[in-house]
Amino acid sequence: MLIIEIFKLSLNTLRTNKLRAILTLSGIVIGVFSIIAIMTALSALQSGIESGLSQLGSNTFQVQKFPAVNIGGPMNAKYRNRPDITYEQGVKLMEKATTYKYMALEYWKSGKVFKHGQFATNPNMGICGTTPDWTYTNDYYVKDGRFLSEKEIQSSADVCIIGLEVVEKLFPKSNPIGKKILLDNRDFIVIGVFEPKGESFGQSLDNIAIVPITKMLEIYGRRESLNISVQASSKDNYFETVENVTSVLRVIRGVRPGDENNFEIYSNESLISSVNSFTQYFKYGAGFISFIALLAAGIGIMNIMLVSVTERTKEIGIRKAIGARSSNILTQFLVEAIILSQVGGVIGIILGVLSGNLLGIYLQASVVIPVDWVIIGLVSCTMVGIIFGVYPAYKAAKLNPIDALRYE
Amino acid sequence: MESLIKIENIVKRYDMGAEELYALKNVSFEINKNEYVAIMGPSGSGKSTLMNIIGCLDTPTSGTYILNGKDVSEMDDNELAHIRNKEIGFVFQTFNLLARSNALHNVELPLVYAGISKNERIKIAEDALASVGLEDRMKHKPNELSGGQRQRVAIARALVNNPSLILADEPTGNLDTKTGEEIMALLADLNSKGNTIIIVTHEKDIAKHARRIIKIRDGLIADDTTKPLKGEI
Repeated sequence: MLIIEIFKLSLNTLRTNKLRAILTLSGIVIGVFSIIAIMTALSALQSGIESGLSQLGSNTFQVQKFPAVNIGGPMNAKYRNRPDITYEQGVKLMEKATTYKYMALEYWKSGKVFKHGQFATNPNMGICGTTPDWTYTNDYYVKDGRFLSEKEIQSSADVCIIGLEVVEKLFPKSNPIGKKILLDNRDFIVIGVFEPKGESFGQSLDNIAIVPITKMLEIYGRRESLNISVQASSKDNYFETVENVTSVLRVIRGVRPGDENNFEIYSNESLISSVNSFTQYFKYGAGFISFIALLAAGIGIMNIMLVSVTERTKEIGIRKAIGARSSNILTQFLVEAIILSQVGGVIGIILGVLSGNLLGIYLQASVVIPVDWVIIGLVSCTMVGIIFGVYPAYKAAKLNPIDALRYE
Repeated sequence: MESLIKIENIVKRYDMGAEELYALKNVSFEINKNEYVAIMGPSGSGKSTLMNIIGCLDTPTSGTYILNGKDVSEMDDNELAHIRNKEIGFVFQTFNLLARSNALHNVELPLVYAGISKNERIKIAEDALASVGLEDRMKHKPNELSGGQRQRVAIARALVNNPSLILADEPTGNLDTKTGEEIMALLADLNSKGNTIIIVTHEKDIAKHARRIIKIRDGLIADDTTKPLKGEI
């Protein structure tokens, strides 16, 4: 007897018992759906994070006091007790380090209000005090006007370059260049406007004003640690640059040989890898929960197949009497169980990919299909079908035709 | 006459814990091709056990059973399934049709297990249904057919593999007298066309359609009588 015949037979049986089949496979649907939805959302999120992190310029790394991603609770004392990265350390690093191409010091303040005449922004603007190389290390372009000059840094000039969002809010109809603007209630002259940069993780990158770092220190004091962003001249000497900057900064910050760095260096790549290791935990958790869901669904299939075998005892007797072998009966019931779990699996995968991507789109990530998890889903559904279908099918195959025919 | 069934010293013993129950104590007989035989006996006589053994649904504890030249008494389950498929057509008291399948599919089923291709299967099954007068009921499900029609479907299913033996177990037990007579006439007609038929019954009226009556009592053959053909003696 051909497997195609058995397949048709099983399909027919399931069709005549639609409600039961649907209820049984819904268990599988839910199990597969949960794993695929979570994996799809995570993959979408991950690719979103990766493209978001690429906002940093290429071959660029950051030096700061605290790690970029801190897994395992609040910032611990190890990081808090480190000395701040000061302006003087930064300037010395720029002098002494040899292999970098661009280097900028950054001093950020967020949640500020900018004003011009009767116009004011929301209190979600960021001010960054920095040095002339900042546009290169952060991948910004000045559209109109110019960026900070070395002279303006030294003289701590009241000048700023603003992002597009600031322009739209404060200068809806006029050209901002040369105009006076209030940044956190202090006067600045606008000398340049950035090209729009877009968003990263749903946060605008265009709601900023850049001022000389010296001015920033004057206004907000020196009690905060600075960031240093560095760009290597090429991919080839990226690691050399990291090495050089690290060793020079260790000397400047007085780290003894053999001691751990008292600062963190991170790049796009290292951020991505730490995000990945973070999502890994989610994946293990989701995988485990889905495994339990599939187990429950498998028991559901086994239960319904056992009921089905009992209900169809007479049918099995008839089939055996007219010449069905035990193996024919076994295959028939096994195929039924596999079809149930496969159909459930496919529906679960489709729903999972759809809703995972919807969540991804909501979180502004791109659409992905996690092929590896789709394959894992299909394989584990088949396994569930076989594992939980074998016993009922075996029970059916082993029925004695005489007893089965007599069964009412 | 060519022998179809040769049963020699068949014993069937059931072990009921400490007790041993002999359903068949020692049974021997032969049935030739194209015979029409009724096996009679009260309930508990062993006639059902004998029928199961003849039908290859069960194997004897000892003794030999040769069916159409093949020793089936030592066969395993798969070989017996093959013999049931090829050599035996069953007709049951309760019809035993698949309730969810139409008449055509029910008749087709033995051919499915025989591995015959779809097109050929349908053609053979249609012919079988036509031969029992159901050509216009092929797409009906059992619950859309009368009792007599259901038994005709069952007979068509029994015929479809062209078996060497038709084994009918109380074929009229669930039918009214008139319909029962029609079914018996159909079986007689099949016999006249060369089929070997064994009916198992406890009704004398039904048994009298057969030319030869084997009576079973307490696991033994109590009587084995063949009516003379008209014109013989």
